[in-house]
Amino acid sequence: MTTPLLACEGASKAFGAVQALYRVDFEVCGGEVMALVGDNGAGKSTLVKGVVGIYPFDEGQVRFEGEQVDIHGPRDAARLGIEVVYQDLALADNLDVTANMFLGRERTRTGFVLDESNMEHAAQETLEGLSVTSLGSVRQTVAGLSGGQRQAVAVAKSVMWNSKVLILDEPTAALGVAQTRQVLDLVRRLADRDLGVVIISHNLHDVFEVADRITVLRLGQRVAVLDRAKTTQQEVVHAITAGTLDQVPGMADLGANET
Amino acid sequence: MTIDPSTESQAGAASGAAPVVTPEEPLPPATQPALEAPAETLGGYVRRWWQGVLAGELGSLPIIVGLVVIAIVFGTLDDTFFTERNFTNLLLQMAAIATIAIGVVFVLLIGEIDLSVAFVSAVGGVTMTLLLRPDASDWPWWLAIAVALAVTTAIGLVQALVITKAGVPSFVVTLAGLLIWSGVVLILMTEYSTSGTVRIQDDTVVGIANNFLSDGWGWVVGAGALAGYALTQAQTARSRRARGLDAKPGVVIVLQVAGLAAITFAAVWYANRDRGVPQVTLLVLLLFLFWSFVASRTRFGRHVYAVGGSAEAARRAGINVDRVRITVFMIAGFMAGLGGIILASRLRSVATNTGGGNLLLNVIAAAVIGGTSLFGGRGRVVSALLGALVIIAIENGMGLLNLATGTRFVITGLVLLAAVLVDALSKRRRAARGVV
Repeated sequence: MTTPLLACEGASKAFGAVQALYRVDFEVCGGEVMALVGDNGAGKSTLVKGVVGIYPFDEGQVRFEGEQVDIHGPRDAARLGIEVVYQDLALADNLDVTANMFLGRERTRTGFVLDESNMEHAAQETLEGLSVTSLGSVRQTVAGLSGGQRQAVAVAKSVMWNSKVLILDEPTAALGVAQTRQVLDLVRRLADRDLGVVIISHNLHDVFEVADRITVLRLGQRVAVLDRAKTTQQEVVHAITAGTLDQVPGMADLGANET
Repeated sequence: MTIDPSTESQAGAASGAAPVVTPEEPLPPATQPALEAPAETLGGYVRRWWQGVLAGELGSLPIIVGLVVIAIVFGTLDDTFFTERNFTNLLLQMAAIATIAIGVVFVLLIGEIDLSVAFVSAVGGVTMTLLLRPDASDWPWWLAIAVALAVTTAIGLVQALVITKAGVPSFVVTLAGLLIWSGVVLILMTEYSTSGTVRIQDDTVVGIANNFLSDGWGWVVGAGALAGYALTQAQTARSRRARGLDAKPGVVIVLQVAGLAAITFAAVWYANRDRGVPQVTLLVLLLFLFWSFVASRTRFGRHVYAVGGSAEAARRAGINVDRVRITVFMIAGFMAGLGGIILASRLRSVATNTGGGNLLLNVIAAAVIGGTSLFGGRGRVVSALLGALVIIAIENGMGLLNLATGTRFVITGLVLLAAVLVDALSKRRRAARGVV
């Protein structure tokens, strides 16, 4: 396989006595949808927050396009092209779709006057590029959108900045069947555009529908990386609940001998 | 009430979509078609606007209805309400309230409140007046005004720093400010005058709110404002069409300009039959244009709305939320100072009770009645002007009818309550149409 777009090697993170992550390797390649699954408290969120520098890892390194990088916060991550779409989406309900997509990065004429038609045009192009057709107008306020449409706007907002890796945190958690369908299709299209997509989900049905590979975390450790085509839901469930741990939690010395 | 509010509001949303979808078939949530009708024709534009109204995007509609009702009520009850003299009086009386209310609109837009604006405006008026005393400092008028505005802007800055850096709710901080600045006004006035009143003797300052434009200039200003409006509208439509975006149809622009022209020229003509258009009206108009531009066309304005809509989303988008908040409170301080100067100029003096009475109620009511939401993120600068007009028209009309003070308070309170109810109900209507 080619060099992974984004890779963590030996990532560890402790919050006081709690070892949230222990020597986790994780990678995602361009054009691939990598699912990140695991039970509550398995370390999925900690891993993502470590990657984008919100809680930097205690040990281990992050490689981006093969190069080791230092990421000290979401801004650094965004500069490299790593964007996270959190579950709450962070959209301003009172603003329209265009304004939300350009929030904080508005295009202006003469420095401070908004170039509305330019932004609206670009927003429309981005949405069309992602085949998001269910939005009526990029001038309607986000408050009037359905859950799936909001997710699409949040994703389009991240994609517009030439991001290369997109991390989606539970993108289908609050959605109905048809909307889940739309979002999963969108995720697939992102990968088809050679983005590396990481999707965090509890819903194995969704995972099996869209992912190429599946990384399973359990109690802060990676217990399996499975090929979607060669695995079953039972196998994944087994890994989530009873995957073999390299290290027994709470006994750091035991695991440290093993390399 | 036995009706479940959620079903009731859903029924409302369905009837709102009735022009495009037959009511019998409910909207599937996932493929909910856009409520917007094509807007390239006059009919489409009107239909889209009406759909917005039904969905809770009321805009300035309630206020225009309110103004018509007020005009009819007071016009029938009192013969002098519609006279030329009273019309120019309305324009003079609303100036200070509209000015202070513009600042309040900005504060409400970020979802905060400023209860100190009335006494901050008094601090502005008093500072200027004291600096102008011919027997003491006798500063030039422009310097006294500049210092007064600097003082009120600094007050806004200090209050904002406490709010943002210490995390104290603006309600509490500005409530403390209300007491503090009313005390400061009292201290200054008792210190520098025995009668409790200081007269302004500078002709330029008195002229701000007491001079009138000549008839000719009145027409020039009216025509200029119209031309500016028509040009920006046409320019926007042209640049949108050039990029292949749907734009306001030409017919609509022509109709809007014609309607505005009728109102403007009628107002100028009517004012000219009395003393003319007040100079201060021109000032308020310029302030309105400037702050409207800031709110709707600049990056800062966009960030103001974003902070009011979702401070968290704004923060994640890299917007310096605290800086936006601080700037907004400084704007409120600045506009309060300006309003205080206008008020002082109009009364030709300041006194111990300057900034008291129901000035605070009036400016906040003006912003809210004009359609600015107390919940943040919704509203326009024009609501300060329209709201001030309503508040002043009611006060003025009740004054003409010689109503007792108690009755006036009750009526003003009811009008404010009605405005807040409209805000809350339209918010509920929007929520019903919105998130699934």
